[in-house]
Amino acid sequence: MAVKGLPASWRKIPQRYNLIGDECKTCGERFFPPVTICPNCRRTGSLERYKFSGEGEIFSYTVVRAAQEGFDFQIPYFLGIIKLKEGPLVISQIVDSDPEEIDIGKKVKTVFRKVREDGSDGVIRYGYKFILDR
Amino acid sequence: MTSIAGYGVYIPRYRIKIHEIARVWGADGDRVSKGLMINEKSVPGFDEDSTTIAVEAARNAVEHSGVNPKDIGAIYFGSESPAYSVKPTASIIAEAIEASPNMTAADIEFACKAGTAGIQMCMGLTKSEMIKYGMAIGADTSQGRPGDALEYSAAAGGAAFIIGQRGIADIEGTFSYTTDTTDFWRREAEEFPSHGARFTGQPAYFKHVTSATIGLMERLDLEIRDIDYFVPHQPNGSFPLKVGKTLGFETEKIMPSLKVPYIGNTYSGSSMVGLAGVLDVAKPNERILMTSYGSGAGSDSFSILVTDLIEEKRNKKTLDSYIKDKKYIDYAIYAKFKRKIKGVSMG
Repeated sequence: MAVKGLPASWRKIPQRYNLIGDECKTCGERFFPPVTICPNCRRTGSLERYKFSGEGEIFSYTVVRAAQEGFDFQIPYFLGIIKLKEGPLVISQIVDSDPEEIDIGKKVKTVFRKVREDGSDGVIRYGYKFILDR
Repeated sequence: MTSIAGYGVYIPRYRIKIHEIARVWGADGDRVSKGLMINEKSVPGFDEDSTTIAVEAARNAVEHSGVNPKDIGAIYFGSESPAYSVKPTASIIAEAIEASPNMTAADIEFACKAGTAGIQMCMGLTKSEMIKYGMAIGADTSQGRPGDALEYSAAAGGAAFIIGQRGIADIEGTFSYTTDTTDFWRREAEEFPSHGARFTGQPAYFKHVTSATIGLMERLDLEIRDIDYFVPHQPNGSFPLKVGKTLGFETEKIMPSLKVPYIGNTYSGSSMVGLAGVLDVAKPNERILMTSYGSGAGSDSFSILVTDLIEEKRNKKTLDSYIKDKKYIDYAIYAKFKRKIKGVSMG
């Protein structure tokens, strides 16, 4: 059976597996997810691939109790805004953690996890999530 | 000489106690736990599978070795619980460690010993200088039919080894022993494996592990006194001690690798995780003899001599650090995480 829509996620493999974004060599700002043009420098910008370390801290978070489809069996789960060490803010699940452990400012690091499955016969989407850096 | 350039392990954080599983099935937890010599086993998180375990172990191995992933010319992933029946996990691992596309990769299967078969393949490729480094991974999220004896031991975990010409431990030699012995199997599209109960013992595990170990010792002219650690495949706590005793190894040469009481049987990870645990503590010039076992059936035995480099390159992400970082779950949560409840999925 032919399945449509594979290229969109396939193109995102570098960013989803390895947090690869961009760095503007003109202004020095780093971007995640990748950008097509530096919003600061525009035509004078010079973008290069940049791999983020995966280290950061919890900038903010929420507990999801009414999940979107595909995440139903994971509730309650933590969705955080992570401030990466190199600057950008990233939205991601924070997994393998208990409610009393999670707090703003706590150090986190990336792990490689399943993000969703397209049914039992479809593609498995892997990517980054965060855990507490204990 | 081929050598272990670096290694990495990964064990999921969740644990279920043997007593908790026994409680659900009306079994005597003390008796089961004592018989298997397993207290608790690791359980993959809801979003973990053999791929994610392999990637974490592979990344730890790259970090430990200091090897540029672009210099890895082969990746072999050994598992009996791959996420896809068709579509290699090895290519996902390669992408996740940012290896070069100019490489060979494949998933291999030989029950619990596919990972060590991968080490042998990497040894051949590096020794013949076809590649600079090769990576072999053994990882599983093993299955056990609810209520079956296997459910008490079937756990999750993995280890990755980077093989090259120079490293923390030289591989002095390897010897394999293979026969057609159907002691444990899972047919295509079947959810759970079947096994021959006691038939998995004497004619299967014991015969193959002893034959490969003795074969290697004879080939390399080694005596028991020349070996500091014996690392056999660990389907439970009692088999490794029994096979060690049969071969003449003192218990203290087996105990450093015997982690199955705390994490269960990690299947393709089992002997490789045990080896990683020994390398975490081994000293230069100590000799480790590892013998894997895969049902169906076969064993790969390796003689490994630790080099001076190990003192400079201690692995910071030790097996014990993963064993200690744990969270207990009950059978209900275990059943959800393992998708044993009908209808539970990720989409």
